[in-house]
Amino acid sequence: MDLSRVLEIASQTDTGMVRPHNEDSIASSPDKGLVVLADGMGGYNAGEVASGMATTVLTTELRQLLEDHAPNAIDPQSGRKLALTMLQQQIAKTNAAIYQAAQSQPQYAGMGTTLVLALFYDNHVMVAHIGDSRFYRMRGDEFTQVSRDHSLLQEQIDAGMLTREQAKVSSNKNLVTRALGIDPMVEPEIHEYDTRPGDIYLLCSDGLSDMVGDEDIGMTLQALGANLNLAAQQLVQMANDNGGRDNISVILIRILREYPAGQGLASKIFGWFR
Amino acid sequence: MAKLILSMDGLVLKEIPLSKDRTTIGRKPHNDIQIDNLAVSGEHAVIVTVLADSFLEDLGSTNGTFVNGKTVKKHFLQNNDVIELGKYKLKYLSDAIPGASKAADFEKTMVLRPGAMRKAPETPPPAAGAVEAAPAGMPATAGAPVADTARSHADTQVGVTAASVAAAAAAPTRRATLKLLSGANAGKELVLTKPLTTLGKPGVQVAVITRRPQGFFITHIEGAVKPIVNGSPIELQAHALNDRDVIELAGVKVEFFFKP
Repeated sequence: MDLSRVLEIASQTDTGMVRPHNEDSIASSPDKGLVVLADGMGGYNAGEVASGMATTVLTTELRQLLEDHAPNAIDPQSGRKLALTMLQQQIAKTNAAIYQAAQSQPQYAGMGTTLVLALFYDNHVMVAHIGDSRFYRMRGDEFTQVSRDHSLLQEQIDAGMLTREQAKVSSNKNLVTRALGIDPMVEPEIHEYDTRPGDIYLLCSDGLSDMVGDEDIGMTLQALGANLNLAAQQLVQMANDNGGRDNISVILIRILREYPAGQGLASKIFGWFR
Repeated sequence: MAKLILSMDGLVLKEIPLSKDRTTIGRKPHNDIQIDNLAVSGEHAVIVTVLADSFLEDLGSTNGTFVNGKTVKKHFLQNNDVIELGKYKLKYLSDAIPGASKAADFEKTMVLRPGAMRKAPETPPPAAGAVEAAPAGMPATAGAPVADTARSHADTQVGVTAASVAAAAAAPTRRATLKLLSGANAGKELVLTKPLTTLGKPGVQVAVITRRPQGFFITHIEGAVKPIVNGSPIELQAHALNDRDVIELAGVKVEFFFKP
């Protein structure tokens, strides 16, 4: 099913005001309903290598798989949706690829990347994330952070040591507890949500969420939602106006209409005319 | 490393580095910081340190623990906080600030692997249970000092809120205002307080005015026609607004000006 007419996608990535390189990487395949964002880390340009590998490997492999398999089909082995199996396997594969590169090339030692990936199908979205790159949803007037960071701060908030307000002034920012390519195995957090026409989804690196408050991000999507490209530019600009201390990447996705997975030809034709 | 300065009646007695995950304070000799005074309980309080952050927790002391004059059960210590136990004072000095380059390094995202940190993840806050018991004091005490530190070290430590506060403060103090010149509500004024203000009719023509550190800008969002500023339509990019500019949008004329 070609989703390029169901999803409107806009993205921006920017080096910011302080860092010498952009270690973020983004990719999207509108027809397959796939978007990927990675925020690399590691010395010299290794961060760029790690995030670039993550987005390239994942989009290439998943595109290939989605060509032949419907993500909403049930995987006979696990009894779960095939999308889940695909994401788990491909993320494991990507993790291994980055880990191998980091082990074999001294200049890449210690490199890694965060990941947030969304796959849209059958009026649903499956979101996988590792680290502190985030997934937000704007539905009606409500703007919510859907993913929970894998970071020291989030753990401290969960444990009741810090409130969200206090976390903003903590000295322990930017310490992630999970990343892709650091260890031989990684456990991504994967969830599935339903989508509705009119929803706007945001994937972003911490360069945005650390510099611009959720309230201001929500307000921007509310005000500029009619023009996604402009909204994406505005978010990057706001992060830069507030100091732009890190690379900033955003991907915005708007659901234009329903996209139920058709079983037979009749429903496919019905789907085209909706 | 953060440290505490122990003093009594303005007299400095001791300087104590917070080198351990848990630094206990009390009257009994097994405490890391022993204060031999009857006003201090045997096990009075503990400071839990997680990397660069330190948390103070009262251990149910008889006479209580005070930070900056307020009684606390549990407190996220900020630079220059003064902890009081009886007549004794402990000043908390975080070292995160001197050496901006170090702070910048620290900002780079790093992976924290289990066990890499000094056991902190396994020492779950002993207060996890106590939080529900006494959260009331925390936000109140944190408010003022937090804002203070964040602003004075704006370069290294800016939090999200502090950043927007700083940006707002840097903006001209004169208030940008829109005045309707035509239409049913002619004469009405709107002060631009938000970072973004949208104008126009959805579906017909919409533009947005954004507040940035450099000033105010108008950008076209939707509609076949672009907004007209001082008689000529604006380009696709954001257009800087000057005092007394006249904007025409969806058939309505609006004047942009700064109120002194």
